[in-house]
Amino acid sequence: MGLDHDHAHDGHLNRRDLLSRCAGWAGTAAVYSVAGGVVSSVSLDAALAAGRPAPKTKPFTFVQISDTHIGFDKPANPNVHATALQAVERIKALPIKPDLILHTGDITHLSKDDQFDEAKQILSGLDVPIFYVPGEHDFLDEGQGKAFLAHYGRGTQGLGWYSFDHNGVHFVALNNVAALKPGGMAHLGEDQIAWLKKDLAGLASSTPIVVFAHIPLWTVYEAWGWGTDDADQALALLRRFGAVTVLNGHIHQVLHKVEGNVAFHSARSTAYPQPAPGAAPSPGPLKVPTEQLPSMLGIRSAKFVPGHEPIALIDASFA
Amino acid sequence: MSFLSSVSRVALLAAVAPPAAVYPPQAAVAAAPARVQKVAIDNFAFSPQVIVVAPGTTVTWTNGDEDPHTVVANDKSFHSAAMDTDESYSVTFSKPGEYAYFCSLHPHMTGKVVVKG
Repeated sequence: MGLDHDHAHDGHLNRRDLLSRCAGWAGTAAVYSVAGGVVSSVSLDAALAAGRPAPKTKPFTFVQISDTHIGFDKPANPNVHATALQAVERIKALPIKPDLILHTGDITHLSKDDQFDEAKQILSGLDVPIFYVPGEHDFLDEGQGKAFLAHYGRGTQGLGWYSFDHNGVHFVALNNVAALKPGGMAHLGEDQIAWLKKDLAGLASSTPIVVFAHIPLWTVYEAWGWGTDDADQALALLRRFGAVTVLNGHIHQVLHKVEGNVAFHSARSTAYPQPAPGAAPSPGPLKVPTEQLPSMLGIRSAKFVPGHEPIALIDASFA
Repeated sequence: MSFLSSVSRVALLAAVAPPAAVYPPQAAVAAAPARVQKVAIDNFAFSPQVIVVAPGTTVTWTNGDEDPHTVVANDKSFHSAAMDTDESYSVTFSKPGEYAYFCSLHPHMTGKVVVKG
């Protein structure tokens, strides 16, 4: 009875649109509805009998910040403390207070305790829960992540991965910066993928999913390592869901890609820009004229409205 | 670790980097002419990517990038701490062989030390 969502899914159709479209087809005795981006159909009699089901999900907003790089002091931005504070001010000024904030890694530049403490002190100005994943800069201490996990690892699995639910949306935090292999890119590893499989197993395919990780889960630019070499195994587990939003940092610029029901979004840094893929000899910090810097840093806000998947994102620079 | 006569475990400022310590102390090594080869880390690449050295040579890597990098043997037999800008790391190679390494933060960065007698 159900439609194959590969063919039927259209992120711009909501339940009401579909019901009105279906009205003309009443003779076929089927009603189509969309929940979490998954189209389903029931017989007209059943639909009339059941009425409109109460949504299990509620609208809300959240924010993504990334790559604060506390401790960085090079010419590309000698004052990353100030620009991280700017992010805090921008979040405070949002018209709707976000329910939560995702930090997609590179909290610090060199994984030092005083840098983690400074980041916490800056972000403590926000009265909103913050959920973290590590970047490779947060995992470069001699203990290979011990410092990060000491600060943020409580209640997480393995090397810092976890999931949680908020108003019907399932959030999954992944670590793709640990135990990287020679010649490879970012890496999730078998343990984390096995955990992800279990984590997703009990969820209805209509559950909206937000995955966040530091390095892109799609290959942006292999020559610079901008991708995750075993991401396909994670994406295979996510494809059955009607609306999957994948958020990352690492590349310090806004990029989007949509693959079926999975939308990938890379965010700006609050610290310094990096070049567009292949546009420079290396992906190192990009020095731009001082007056241009605010236009290349920023935050991302996200609005979730049930039935209006995918999640709407607004990338706002500091300019 | 038998192939290494020493591993300097701390990243040091290049300007003040002393020769890598030798362990165990060997009179013969001390008497030999100092052999030091440099590998630069610039633009997210090791240069030269493959370096051929004589046994007993100390190889010193220096990070010229604004991003931190590491030098980690593929078989994990030696590894540096994260080197910030201008920091260095040295390893003395005593036995012939091929030693492949990479940057554990940016694993697309790979290199090799070839020790030939």
